[in-house]
Amino acid sequence: MNTHKSVALAALAFTLLSSAAYAETQLTVYTAFEAVDLQRYADTFNADHPDIKINWVRDSTGVMTAKLLAEKDNPQADVVWGVAASSLLMLKGEGMLEPYAPAGVEKLDPKFVDSSTPPSWVGMDAYVAAICYNTVEAKKLGLTPPKSWKDLTKPEYKDHIVMPNPASSGTGFLDVSAWLQLFGEKDAWAFMDGLHKNISSYTHSGSKPCKMAGAGETVIGVSFEFPGAKAKSAGAPIDIIFPEEGSGWEAEAGAIIAGTPKLDAAKVLMDWSISKKANEMYNVGYAVLAMPGVAKPVENLPPDVASKMIKNDFEWAASNRNAILKEWSTRYDSKSEPKS
Amino acid sequence: MAAVTDTLMPSGSLPRQRLDRDDLVKRGLMVVISLYLIVSLAAPLYVMLSKSFSTYSFDLTRYEFQVSDAAGHFGQTTTAAVLNDRLSVLTRDKLATNADGRLAATSFFPDFSFRSPVKYRIRGTTDDAAYLIGSDLHRGTEWQELDSNTFRRVALRSARSTGIGNYVSYFSTPTLFRSIENSLFIAVISTALTVGIAFGFAYAISRSCMRFKGVFRLIAMAPILVPSLLPGIALIYLFGNQGMIRDVLFGASIYGPLGIIIGSVFFTFPHALIIISTALAISDQRHYEAAASLRASKWRTFWTVTIPGARFGLISAAFVVFTLVITDFGLPKVIGGQYNVLAVDIYKQVIGQQNFEMGAVVSVILLVPALAAFLVDRLVQKKQVALLSARSVPYAPKPNRKFDRLCLGWCSLVAAFIIGILLVCQLAALVKFWPYDLTPSLKNFAFNHMDGGGWGSYKNSIQLSGLTAIFGTIIVFTGAYMVEKTEGFWKGRAVFHFLAMLPMAVPGLVLGLAYIFFFNNPANPLHPIYGTMAILVICTITHFYTVGHLTALTALKQIDGEFESVASSLKQPFYKLFARVTVPVCLPAILDISIYLFVNAMTTVSAVVFIYSTDTALASVAVLNMDDAGDIAPAAAMGMMIFYTNVVARLVHAFLSRAVLSRTQAWRSRG
Amino acid sequence: MAPSSNPAYLQISNLWKAFGEFHALKDVSLDIKEGEFVCFLGPSGCGKTTLLRAVAGLDLQSRGTIRQGGRDISTLPPSKRDYGIVFQSYALFPNLTIAKNIAFGLENTKRPKAEIEARVKELLALVGLPDQANKYPSQLSGGQQQRIALARAIAISPGLLLLDEPLSALDAKVRVHLRHEIKELQRKLGVTTIMVTHDQEEALSMADRIVVMNHGVIEQVGTPTEIYRHPKTLFVADFIGETNKLQARATNKNGVAFGTGELRCAPHSFDADQPVIAAIRPEDVIPHETGFKSGEAHNLIDVVIGEMEFLGSFWRTRLRGKKLGDEVLFADFSINAARRLGLAEGGFLTVELPAERLLVFPQGGDHGSGH
Repeated sequence: MNTHKSVALAALAFTLLSSAAYAETQLTVYTAFEAVDLQRYADTFNADHPDIKINWVRDSTGVMTAKLLAEKDNPQADVVWGVAASSLLMLKGEGMLEPYAPAGVEKLDPKFVDSSTPPSWVGMDAYVAAICYNTVEAKKLGLTPPKSWKDLTKPEYKDHIVMPNPASSGTGFLDVSAWLQLFGEKDAWAFMDGLHKNISSYTHSGSKPCKMAGAGETVIGVSFEFPGAKAKSAGAPIDIIFPEEGSGWEAEAGAIIAGTPKLDAAKVLMDWSISKKANEMYNVGYAVLAMPGVAKPVENLPPDVASKMIKNDFEWAASNRNAILKEWSTRYDSKSEPKS
Repeated sequence: MAAVTDTLMPSGSLPRQRLDRDDLVKRGLMVVISLYLIVSLAAPLYVMLSKSFSTYSFDLTRYEFQVSDAAGHFGQTTTAAVLNDRLSVLTRDKLATNADGRLAATSFFPDFSFRSPVKYRIRGTTDDAAYLIGSDLHRGTEWQELDSNTFRRVALRSARSTGIGNYVSYFSTPTLFRSIENSLFIAVISTALTVGIAFGFAYAISRSCMRFKGVFRLIAMAPILVPSLLPGIALIYLFGNQGMIRDVLFGASIYGPLGIIIGSVFFTFPHALIIISTALAISDQRHYEAAASLRASKWRTFWTVTIPGARFGLISAAFVVFTLVITDFGLPKVIGGQYNVLAVDIYKQVIGQQNFEMGAVVSVILLVPALAAFLVDRLVQKKQVALLSARSVPYAPKPNRKFDRLCLGWCSLVAAFIIGILLVCQLAALVKFWPYDLTPSLKNFAFNHMDGGGWGSYKNSIQLSGLTAIFGTIIVFTGAYMVEKTEGFWKGRAVFHFLAMLPMAVPGLVLGLAYIFFFNNPANPLHPIYGTMAILVICTITHFYTVGHLTALTALKQIDGEFESVASSLKQPFYKLFARVTVPVCLPAILDISIYLFVNAMTTVSAVVFIYSTDTALASVAVLNMDDAGDIAPAAAMGMMIFYTNVVARLVHAFLSRAVLSRTQAWRSRG
Repeated sequence: MAPSSNPAYLQISNLWKAFGEFHALKDVSLDIKEGEFVCFLGPSGCGKTTLLRAVAGLDLQSRGTIRQGGRDISTLPPSKRDYGIVFQSYALFPNLTIAKNIAFGLENTKRPKAEIEARVKELLALVGLPDQANKYPSQLSGGQQQRIALARAIAISPGLLLLDEPLSALDAKVRVHLRHEIKELQRKLGVTTIMVTHDQEEALSMADRIVVMNHGVIEQVGTPTEIYRHPKTLFVADFIGETNKLQARATNKNGVAFGTGELRCAPHSFDADQPVIAAIRPEDVIPHETGFKSGEAHNLIDVVIGEMEFLGSFWRTRLRGKKLGDEVLFADFSINAARRLGLAEGGFLTVELPAERLLVFPQGGDHGSGH
C-alpha cells in the first residue's frame, strides 16, 4: 500500500527531525462518538494501521461543532470522525473541509455521501428519530402507545411528552426539520403547535428524553433509537416506537480538516473509516450503516430501522436552520411559561 | 524660637524617595501579578465586550447577478442591493443575521423557476464576498454560471461588521428578554428565602443555648462541597415525576422556578450563613444590656438592636446570594425545565446554536446585575468596618428553654433539608435503575461508560484543584502582601486592588466565554495554553481570586504594620521578613485560602464549561454532561464523589491546620 | 541653647509635610548633636511622629532636607539610612524566639554564627534579660518585650536610635522603671536618640533637650528646666506642668491688672491696657503665714478658699479674691503647709504670686506669639 509507505516515510523523517522518537503519526481526531466506543474504534483501526495514533478529542455534537467553528481560523483537528453530517455541512459552508473521495466511497449508500465531487464528507452510520415509550407509566395512566407523530398531539398525552429543544440540540433540530420536510411547512407548524401543548419540557440533549422515559420521569420521550436500545438493555421498561410517517435521521460522518499537515495519514483514516470492517464495527451500536448489506440487527431494535428513514435533505436543513429556529423560538420559547 | 509659621509652603515639586532593591522587587512583583490579572481577566472581558459588538449581516452590494434569456443571452449586471431596492425583498433589519446567516439568491428573482431554461451568473464584487452553491463555499469576483436548478441552491453568506445590532436584536426578541425577568425573579425570591433561613439559623447558633451547635455548623457548610447542580438532581429524585415524595407538591412541577429556587437556597445557604454569622457575632453585649435596663421587650430589642446591628451583614449576604443565583448555570440547566434564565441562554446560544456573538451579548447583560450587586456590596462593606469597635463585648446568650427549643427545631429542619438532599443523591447513585430496579449496585460509578470523561475527569478535577490551590495561594497571597505592605505607589496599589476585587463581579460563565474569545485566537501569543490544564487553572484561580485576596488582606492587616519598617531599619530584605515572619504568621489564613480554592475548583462548572477539552474533562462538568445526557444516577454518583473528595480535603486541611498550629505557632499561646 | 561649635549630627532644615490641604509639619528646623537624647513632645496630631517618620524615611517630607552625620539623607529609603527604631507596639516577630528577634538584623552580614550568638548574649545582658533567649515574645511581659525591641534596634549599632512612644503601651509602674533603664542604656552607648512622646513627665525625666511641638511647628526647644521654668509660649506653659491662665490686662512693662488689683510680673513687651493672659503654676503660689510681712507687698493678695481637693501629696485649692476679679486661682499647698495654716474651705488666706513666676502671654490662641 502506497500511502502506507509514504506515511512510514513521513514518520521516519519526523523521527529523524525530532528528538522525541515517535515511530508513528499522531492524528488529532475530533469526535462525538459515544465515549464508551472510542477505545474499541481506535483499537480496531490500529489493528490495521499501527503506525497512526489517534488522539481523540471528544464531546457532544453541539459542543464539538461550537469548538470546531470557534477554531475556524486556526483548526486544531486533523480529522473529524463521528460528528453529525449537518454539523459537517456547516463546516463545509465555512470552507473548513478538505474534499476527498475515500477509497471505496462508491460502495456506500449515496445518501451517506456529500453531494459534491469529490465529497467533503462521508457518513458511517445513522441514528434515527424514535419515540421512547414507558410502558409501566403508560399503564398506570391508562395511555395507549402512539403509532405516528400526529398521534402525539392527542390530548391524552398532555404533559407526558419530553422532546429536545431544537435550539440547543441537534436531535431536536433533526426532528423539527424532518417534520417540516414530511408534512410541509404549514401542516408541520400546525402539528408542532399541537405537540407543544402536550410537551412537559424541552431538554438540551437529544438522548435525555429517552433516558427520562426510561426512568419514568416522562412517558414519552422524543429521541432517537440508540439511547432507547441502550436504556432497554439497562432494564428500562420502554418500547421504541418508529412513527409510521417515517423518521428524521442524522448521519455520523467523517471529514478531513482543510490545511492539515498530516493529509496522508488523514486519508488513510478516512479510507479505513468507510471500509466493511469499520462498518461492522459501527454495527455494535448502530442499526443503520452507510454500507448497504452489512448491518446485522441490533438488540432491542427492529431489523428494518433503515426503512423508517425519510429522505433527509441536509442542505435544505442547513440553509434554513436560522429561519426554522427563529420561528420555533417565537412560537414556543416565548410561551414556555412554568406550569404550576 | 517660636517662628512665625503662617508662611506658605515653598512651591516646587515633591521630593521622590529613592527606591531600594526591595521597593523595585515589590513593585515588580505587583506589576507581574497585575499583568496576570489583566491577561486572565481584564483582557478577556474586553475581547468579549468587543465580540458582542461584532455583528453579521448580508452586504448586498457585494454580489452581482446576470440573468440570461431562454436562448442563453445574458442581460445587464445588477447588484443584489439594486434588486432588493427594486423589489423590497428584505428590510434593513432583516439583513442582520448571525455568523451562520444564509440568504437564498432566488429571493431576488420573484419569477424564478428551477425548471426554466434561464441561466444565471453570480459573482462577488470583492475578493471576500462569500456565497454557497449547494454546500460549497465560493468567494471572489469570478463569474459563476449556473443553470436554474443549481441557482436554486445558491445562498449568500453573511459578512462581519461592527455595531449594536446584536443588542438591538436581543432586546427585540421577547424570548430572550423574558430571561432577564425570569433571572431577576428567581434571584430575588431565592435571596429573600436564603437570607431569611440563614438568618434564623445564624441567630439560633449565636443567640441561643441550644445543643449540637457544632454539628449544625458542620452540616450547614456541606453544600459548599458539592456542585450547585447536585441539589437539582436530588430534587428530581424527590419531587420529579417518579419522585419519592412527589405528592408533597400537590401536582406542581419541580421543573422550573420552584426547583431552581429550592436548589438555589440549598447551594447559597452556607455563603449567606457565613456572612450573617459574622455580622451577628460582632454585635455588642452592652447594647443588649442597655436594652434590658430600659425594659425593652424581647421583640423590641430584636428590631431595635439585633436587626440594625446585623443590617450590613444582611445586605451583604443578600447581594452575595443574589449574584450567586443570577449567575448560576448548573441548577437551572438541570431542573429549570422550560424556564429560561440568562445563564442558560448563554449556554444555549454558544453550545446549542454556535452563536458566539449573541452569547457575548447575554454575558454583557448578565454582567450588569452582578456588577451592580458587587458595587453596592463594597459600599456596605466599607460601612460595616466602622461598626466594629475594639471595646465591644461579645454577646453571651442565656438559657431560655422555650426559645432554645424553637432554635433547635429550626436548625434541625434546615439540617434535615441539607442532609436529605445529599442522602438522596447518595441513594440514587447506589440504586441499579431508579425506580424500576432498586437493587443496590455500583454500576453508576462506572463513569468510563458514560459521557463526560469518565474516571479521567475525576482525576483531572483533583489535579486542577491541587494546582489551583497551590499556585492560586501563592499568587493570591503574594499579591495581597504586595498591595498591603508596600509603601507609596498609591495609584499602582489602587489599580491592583481594583483588579483583585473585580473577579467577584464576573460570573464564571462570562469569564469562561471570554476565555474562548481571548485565548482561542491564533494571534494571541498565549494561544498554546488553550485546551490545556493550564488555562483551567488560570481561569479557576482568577474566578475565585477575590475571596482569597480578602482573606489574605484580613490576615495581613492583623500583622503589626511596623514589621516592614523594622526590617528595613535592620537592613534586611523584605523577602526574608516575608519568608521568616509573614508567611509563618499567616499560615492559618494561607491554608484557608488553599482549601477554599481546592473546594471551589472541585465544584465549579460555570467558568470551565466552555474551556475544558477532552483531555481535561472535569468531574463537575461530567456531572452536568451526564445529567444532560439523561444519565442522572451516574451524575449523582459523580457529584457525591466530588462531595467525598472535598470532605477528605477538608479533613486534611483541619488536620494540617492543627499540626501547623501546634508546631510553628507555639508562640501563639502564652507559656 | 547656644549654638555649639561642632556641627550637629542631625540637621533638619525647613521641613514641611502636607497631607492634601493639611500641613502636618510647617517649616520645621532643628539641630541635634551627637550623643544627645532629644524628646519630641506634644499633643497628638502635633506633628511629632510625622517628624520622626520623616527622619526614618518612612514618610517622606514634602519640602526640606535632612542631613545625618554630614550626609544628605532626605530622599534615601529607610534601608539606606542609619538608624534603629522601636515602636509603641514593640513590633517583635511573634513566631521567632527572643534570640532570633535580636539576631534578625545581624544575619546576612557575613558575620560568623558564633559572633552573632555572642552579640545576642551581650545585648540580652545589656537589657537585663539574659535568660530569655529561647522564649517567644508572647511569653514575656510588655516591659520585657519593649526591652527586646530595644536590643534588636541597637544590635546593628546604629548611628541614631528612634523611639516612637516606646512606653505608652505599658503600665505606669513599668513605664517609670523603664524610663531610667532606657536613659541609662543611652548614656552608656552614647547613641544619638530621638524619642517621641506625649507624656511630659517622660520627656522631662529622660531628655537632654525637649522639642515641644504643636500644630506642626516647634513651640520651644530647650532643656527640661528651661522648658518648665521659662516657657516661651502659653501653650508650652499650659502643656508642660499645669498653669493658671488668668484674664488680665497689661499695665506697664512689668505689671498686670485683674479686676481692681494690679500685680507685678515678669517683664513683658505689651502696651498698657492690652488684654493679656497672666500665667502662674499652682505650686508657685506661696501661702502667706500669719505675722509674716514681705518687704514688697505688691503681689500679696487676700483670698477666700473655695473647694479643696486632696491629691495625695498636696492639696489643690480654688482661691477667689477681689484683686483677681472674676478669675479663680488654683494653688497647690503641701500637706504640711495646709496643716500648719489650718486651711479649710471657706477660710481666708493671703498668698503671694512671685513676680518672676507670673508670666504674661498675649490673648487668643494657645499658640504663644502665633496667630
